[in-house]
Amino acid sequence: MSGRISPKKVPMAEQPPEERIRNFREVPLGYTPEQAIEEAKRCLQCKEAPCIKGCPVEIDIPAFIRLVAEGRFKEAALKIKEKNALPAICGRVCPQETQCEAVCTLGRRFEPVAIGRLERFVADWEREHCDPIAPNPPPKRGKKVAIIGSGPAGLTAAADLAKMGYDVTIFEALHKPGGVLVYGIPEFRLPKAIVEAEVEYVKSLGVEIRVDSVIGRLYSIQELFDMGYSAVFIGIGAGSPMFMGIPGENLSGVYSANEYLTRSNLMKAYLFPEYHTPIKTGKKVAVIGGGNVAMDAARTARRLGAESVYLIYRRSEAEMPARIEERERAKEEGIIFHLLTLPVRIIGDEKGRVKAIECVKMELGEPDESGRRRPIPVRGSEFIIEVDTVIVAIGTAANPLLPRSTPGLKLTEDGYIVVDEETGRTSLEGVYAGGDIVTGSATVISAMGAARKAARAIHEYLSGRA
Amino acid sequence: MAKNIHLLKVASPEIAKKAKAGQFVVLRAVEEGERIPLTLYDWDPRDGTISLVFQEVGKTTKLLAGMRVGDRILNLIGPLGLPSHIERFGRVVCIGGGVGVPAVYPIARAMKLVGNEVIGIMGARTAELLILEEEMRSVSDRLIVTTDDGSKGMKGFVTNALRDLLGSGIRVDRVVAVGPAVMMKFVAETTRPYGIKTIVSLNSIMLDATGMCGACRISVGGRTKFTCVDGPEFDGHEVDFDLLLDRLNQYVEEEKRIAAMDC
Ligand SMILES: Cc1cc2nc3c(=O)[nH]c(=O)nc-3n(C[C@H](O)[C@H](O)[C@H](O)COP(=O)(O)OP(=O)(O)OC[C@H]3O[C@@H](n4cnc5c(N)ncnc54)[C@H](O)[C@@H]3O)c2cc1C
Ligand code: FES
Repeated sequence: MSGRISPKKVPMAEQPPEERIRNFREVPLGYTPEQAIEEAKRCLQCKEAPCIKGCPVEIDIPAFIRLVAEGRFKEAALKIKEKNALPAICGRVCPQETQCEAVCTLGRRFEPVAIGRLERFVADWEREHCDPIAPNPPPKRGKKVAIIGSGPAGLTAAADLAKMGYDVTIFEALHKPGGVLVYGIPEFRLPKAIVEAEVEYVKSLGVEIRVDSVIGRLYSIQELFDMGYSAVFIGIGAGSPMFMGIPGENLSGVYSANEYLTRSNLMKAYLFPEYHTPIKTGKKVAVIGGGNVAMDAARTARRLGAESVYLIYRRSEAEMPARIEERERAKEEGIIFHLLTLPVRIIGDEKGRVKAIECVKMELGEPDESGRRRPIPVRGSEFIIEVDTVIVAIGTAANPLLPRSTPGLKLTEDGYIVVDEETGRTSLEGVYAGGDIVTGSATVISAMGAARKAARAIHEYLSGRA
Repeated sequence: MAKNIHLLKVASPEIAKKAKAGQFVVLRAVEEGERIPLTLYDWDPRDGTISLVFQEVGKTTKLLAGMRVGDRILNLIGPLGLPSHIERFGRVVCIGGGVGVPAVYPIARAMKLVGNEVIGIMGARTAELLILEEEMRSVSDRLIVTTDDGSKGMKGFVTNALRDLLGSGIRVDRVVAVGPAVMMKFVAETTRPYGIKTIVSLNSIMLDATGMCGACRISVGGRTKFTCVDGPEFDGHEVDFDLLLDRLNQYVEEEKRIAAMDC
């Protein structure tokens, strides 16, 4: 059989760059059923199934792929949903190339099976063809669990606990559930209708979502216990944007990536003035950073009408944390990469608005703690780029709002919550945590994986087994 | 209440129960709307309502002004920000300018309640725009009213009244000022030579108001702070008001564009 296996993944159609920079619609267009079946047939169905271990939530990948190959898409969807409540999202944003697909047996000789694309296909097919399938409601246990934050971690913990029969309430600070999935990741990479559908699925399990509820202000964690919740899961994300601390960073026209993306995604500023939240679209935009967030910001700026978008990164492309796919798409869209370049100062006009950014060239020295070669400034290499907007996408730190208002909650030096890795248990009894607020900025799927473990531990705690 | 100044009473039992002087709420009036912060003017845990006072300046405040009894605000988030530091300091001067008056009122009330002697100073451009004078009087041991045009009370700015007061040699232990950024800047300049701790409540542009975006960032004592989670109150002698003023003007063109659409 292997003789007939195509060495390459079945390609997926995309919007061409010149077209997509003028809209916010999704870039890859998804497989047709025929393409999905053809790709699924590439799977060797090998016994070892290393892909399952490569998946942070251990989806039974060969089983769902076999169902796809047989055209049994609905059953394939159910198979995935045994382990993953948010497949349409993960199929789009997971870094499969470093997870399941990285260890695919077929990948030793050929391109690995396109597991991500198949997951996405199955989830989309289900959403378009079936009424949402909620499993039969389990017997109620008569115990309430409070979840703080409705990002991937919170949604996963909520879904798992609801399936076990707990009464689950999610408290979300913003007016819309989804966390980074709604305020951070842009429409062209993750359509918001998909996030909404996945949130609806979680609600269909009986989970109540209370938006506009900032825990730490509206209620303390102690008050949640007083209100009758028996356990609490904290999934508040990292959230607080970091700045570089260079002169000019507070000028008008300098945004954190979180602000820029929130204005555009959550508040729909790209539809201003029909939507009322403004955004400086900018003609010449500099984005600082080299991760997925920087790519999202740069590509958003392009779609908002920027003529030139410069991506400024202090190391070389080999060290960039952004997914290769995202880097390629950004380049296709005309984003100009200034690599080995460090901003040293943002220059403003008399009204305090950005007019230029001064940078210095870097060269790579010895490896640092992260194992990547440390960039060192090259003397006298300063140069100036004229820009009217600067977006700082150099990462996030722990948001102190909730931890500060929770006495006894043990934190790391950087303000992240300290937990037992296997259970997500914090220093406070009955309080668990997972996702970015524990690990720092990571991935959707790792937040989900941590939440799953915590849900299991909460169940054990509440059933008196821990 | 006065030209383009409105009082909005909203049923929100949860916020009413939790609110403290100096805190604010964020609201979104309609699906297309912005998230805007408004300082809490009053709240009543018994009937579960909160009261907000606002001036019609942008799109959202226009929408709010058009609301009728029984209408719903789409989203209301709060209470946000750190509460005012209330303590028995001795003699406290509470200054409100324009729509800063409703914001300083609950602070004055709380200061009075713990046993401070409260001197209120409130001002507006002209007599018609003076609001909540009786309420301020009820929580002040002494109230000084100013108008820019002299149509009521003392002619001049609240800073003139403050300068006279401090010049008279009376001891003042603390000053709290809420109002337009320029006013707070000059209040801080007025008290600086006297070394009186001066607290200002900043009205930065906000987006999420949960510390996630940095839209509200300002510089205090040379360090960047987020108004929504680290404030809104800061030491007025440390705040970089010029930066605040520049940042407040970021979207003037956009505001004009959206206002023009309504005509
Ligand atoms: C622009 C961007 C692009 C990304 N792209 C990818 C990608 O392609 N693939 C990938 O795997 N990962 C990506 N990530 C990372 C990924 O989104 C995060 O790792 C993941 O969302 C973390 O999930 P979480 O549930 O821990 O937190 P979040 O998604 O941050 O959700 C936390 C939620 O808690 C709420 N909250 C915070 N404080 C409180 C409070 N006090 N009370 C109530 N609610 C509160 C927040 O409003 C938020 O809704 C990206 C991140 C960003 C910012
Ligand atoms: S308003 Fe976003 S951090 Fe303060």
